[in-house]
Amino acid sequence: MTKYIVQRVLVSIPIFFGITVIVYALYALAPGDPLAMLLGERAMLEMTAEEIEAARESLGLNDPWHERYIAWFSRAIRGDLGYPLTGGYTVMELLQQRIGPTLLLMATAFIVSLLVGVPMGIVMALKQYSWIDYLVTVLAFAQLSIPSFFLALGAMYVFSLKLDIFPTSGLQTIGAPFSLWDRIHHLIMPSFILAAYFAGVWARYTRSSMLETMHLEFVTTARAKGLRERVVVVRHALRNALLPMITVASLSLGHLLGGSIIIETIFQWPGLGMLGWQATLNREYPILMGIILIASTTVLASNLLADILYAVVDPRIRYD
Amino acid sequence: MSNELQAEQQFFVDTPARRAMRRFTRHRLAMLGLGVILILVLLSVFAPAIAPHSPTKQELSLYRKPPSETHWLGTDTFGRDVFTRLIFAGRVSLSVGLVAVGIYETIAILLGAIAGYYGSKLDWIIMRAVDVVMTIPTMIVIIFLVSILGPSMYNSMLAIGIMGWPEPTRLVRGQILSLREMDYVTAARSLGLPAYRIILRHVLPGVVAPLVVHATFGVAGAILLEAGLSFLGLGVPPPTPSWGNMMSSAQTLNILERVPWLWVPPGVAIMLSVLSINFIGDGLRDALDPRGMETG
Repeated sequence: MTKYIVQRVLVSIPIFFGITVIVYALYALAPGDPLAMLLGERAMLEMTAEEIEAARESLGLNDPWHERYIAWFSRAIRGDLGYPLTGGYTVMELLQQRIGPTLLLMATAFIVSLLVGVPMGIVMALKQYSWIDYLVTVLAFAQLSIPSFFLALGAMYVFSLKLDIFPTSGLQTIGAPFSLWDRIHHLIMPSFILAAYFAGVWARYTRSSMLETMHLEFVTTARAKGLRERVVVVRHALRNALLPMITVASLSLGHLLGGSIIIETIFQWPGLGMLGWQATLNREYPILMGIILIASTTVLASNLLADILYAVVDPRIRYD
Repeated sequence: MSNELQAEQQFFVDTPARRAMRRFTRHRLAMLGLGVILILVLLSVFAPAIAPHSPTKQELSLYRKPPSETHWLGTDTFGRDVFTRLIFAGRVSLSVGLVAVGIYETIAILLGAIAGYYGSKLDWIIMRAVDVVMTIPTMIVIIFLVSILGPSMYNSMLAIGIMGWPEPTRLVRGQILSLREMDYVTAARSLGLPAYRIILRHVLPGVVAPLVVHATFGVAGAILLEAGLSFLGLGVPPPTPSWGNMMSSAQTLNILERVPWLWVPPGVAIMLSVLSINFIGDGLRDALDPRGMETG
């Protein structure tokens, strides 16, 4: 087991370096002079050519690209991701402020999607080729096919503007003191809409995984022992069918974050996604780099965790 | 074998292709999807002939008119006919989906074939690159790329195409790894055929079926991505209509509440086309690989 874990960790290391190279390459490709971004165009006009050259030299902008990458990497690894153009915070501080709301949104959406999607998949698998299988299949495909922003606009139209049940935007009622109910009230619409797509993914996945498992011999054995169908399905089939979901769930993390860009922007939810959108419009590349770096590292870590967890619950994996 | 049976078999040979075709045409949802997507494609292709008005000409006297006999789906803020823009937008959205997927499936075939056939070091490098790109959240990088390249239809195609290749590369590689061990490939190799010829003529055809299924779902995903990008103002820039950018004005509550004909029709169009393509993909998967592969 220890050998397996060490092996997985070792495989992750080149992937981590790969991520930093890509993030830096994106930055290097971006148009615009880094010095002008740092000092402002106006300040540069007032400088002489010698002064500009001296500033470049002292900031290391004239170094070859691999030296600049190493300099950036050694700063980034210590948590120094640079400064955005506006505001008094460092990129790291901004990310720390914004990560909480995003995690809250993603975690809620993730749990909701599992609670909706997995039962959908079980029902489809148990009633394969019946009308209810058809109905839930169409529903699952609809969840996969409706653009999240269309669902969001529709939900806002119905639940906020017409029925006035849920607020249209924000983390909490402006000016009101923090209250748990107020937070939940604001969380429901964005998290359910973000969850819709993933519920469809889980439903499709659970269905095919369940169908495969139901034909395996140990399920026949369980039936032959005379166990009640309920026990066969829940204790024997479902547990095994859901095992590979550990990996799929971890891979979905990045998609959840991608989806939260649109949802956060529509609902004015002050998380990483909305920050990323604003940073794109203002061309604040250090912020975007920080978001990609944090997000990818999180996905990498969760993939690693999923691999290990999977090996713990399914010993067969360790002998591959 | 009796003569009678032999005669019968001469008239009807049940090839795998025929069996697949039969399974596909029996898939009701796939047939429905095929019908809907055909209509949408025809509307898009013949948009200039069908459209009753100009998609870009502004007529300020027709400011946000509700649906009527002359303007079936009403007019937008610049007095342009929504129905006309809707079918012109279909050209943009559908072609972005097709081209983006074309880009990344081509990359995937190249890289997957190299990794799977040659193995060893090249395989290790390519598969680590796959791991890296799969770990990076796609949507954020696409947004980053589009902001570097500047928002345009071609850049959306390119950005989506650049980020989509890891999954199909894995698919192609896995398929080739198993095909490589087949006896007929060994036979081809012992005949002294060059590697490129073995890959092209003997190995790649076996990859086509799963790749077609993957690409079909991919087109649906790419249409959703482009719509999301354009909705955020980072995809196809106005005045060119795309289903996504037609809806971005609905981010103001006033339009959302009072002018639903601006955002409902494009939303329905995206959903219909994506749903139809997903149904077709499901039918193709059942037809080409009855054992069923996963992914949604």
